[in-house]
Amino acid sequence: MIDISLGHYLFLASIIFTIGVIGIFLNRKNVIVLLMSVELILIAVNINLVAFSVYLQDIAGQVFTMFVLTVAAGEAAIGLAILVVFFRNKGSIQVEDINTLKG
Amino acid sequence: MLAHALVFYLFSFITIASSLAVISAKNTIHAVFFLILDFVSVSCLFIMLGAEYLGMLTLIVYVGAVAVLFLFVVMMLNVNLGDLRSGFLGYLPFGGFIGLILLIEIVMMIGTWKYKDTFIKTSQINISNDLSNTEAIGNVLYTEYLHYFQISGLILLVAMIGAILLTFRRKDNLKRQDITTQISRERSDSILLEEVETFKGVKIND
Repeated sequence: MIDISLGHYLFLASIIFTIGVIGIFLNRKNVIVLLMSVELILIAVNINLVAFSVYLQDIAGQVFTMFVLTVAAGEAAIGLAILVVFFRNKGSIQVEDINTLKG
Repeated sequence: MLAHALVFYLFSFITIASSLAVISAKNTIHAVFFLILDFVSVSCLFIMLGAEYLGMLTLIVYVGAVAVLFLFVVMMLNVNLGDLRSGFLGYLPFGGFIGLILLIEIVMMIGTWKYKDTFIKTSQINISNDLSNTEAIGNVLYTEYLHYFQISGLILLVAMIGAILLTFRRKDNLKRQDITTQISRERSDSILLEEVETFKGVKIND
């Protein structure tokens, strides 16, 4: 318990990942919270990468964390832009209203 | 070592609690604030691990850019907060069940996973003693991972163009500068030489 090892970080990352997935399941009304859950999942992956990078003494994990950070920033920008356009057209941000592609 | 463990447990508790608050907050703005708290404590954990460059980068990118973007959109959209929550409890048993199974699976996988031989057992968290973390990343980022680095720059460029294109609205009642007509103007279009006769004057038709 006192000696913090790789397993502690992996448990923490898995808990955050699961919270993110549950957030995607639960929020059927608010797309913004959905996008925030995706960010939670990405930060859990980042914790995994950094912990492995440190404990295996390989810097590649941290470099890839930077790339994950890049993708997360791009994803947030695109997702929020889509959200703004959707709100302009429909007047709501509920997940259940995104069914126009059904035909 | 005890202080290290206590600080780790404190930061992980804050991280998990604020993640739970993100997905269950009634007000979306509160959810964004809890997301910021989550990012800050995760970056503290990174710094504790010895990855101080990534800790600072997480602060800058996530708190400074992504969370502020979320906050901006939440404030801009002005959504009705009352009906955003209905149906949350209806999905809770099923979603919680699936999430529990997922967590148990990951934990079982971590618990039974066999460590590699080069894995260091104690928390000797200095990657290299004669090289700082930022230097170590910079050494490989611009040499070994140069193509990945440039591709990530391209990803950001595409994301920027996409975001601008998606939210751009052309207004029709605006006078715009038309560069093609400006630079393709001929002298004969705009200047007319007229022979003026005495006591007659010139008739200008416009």
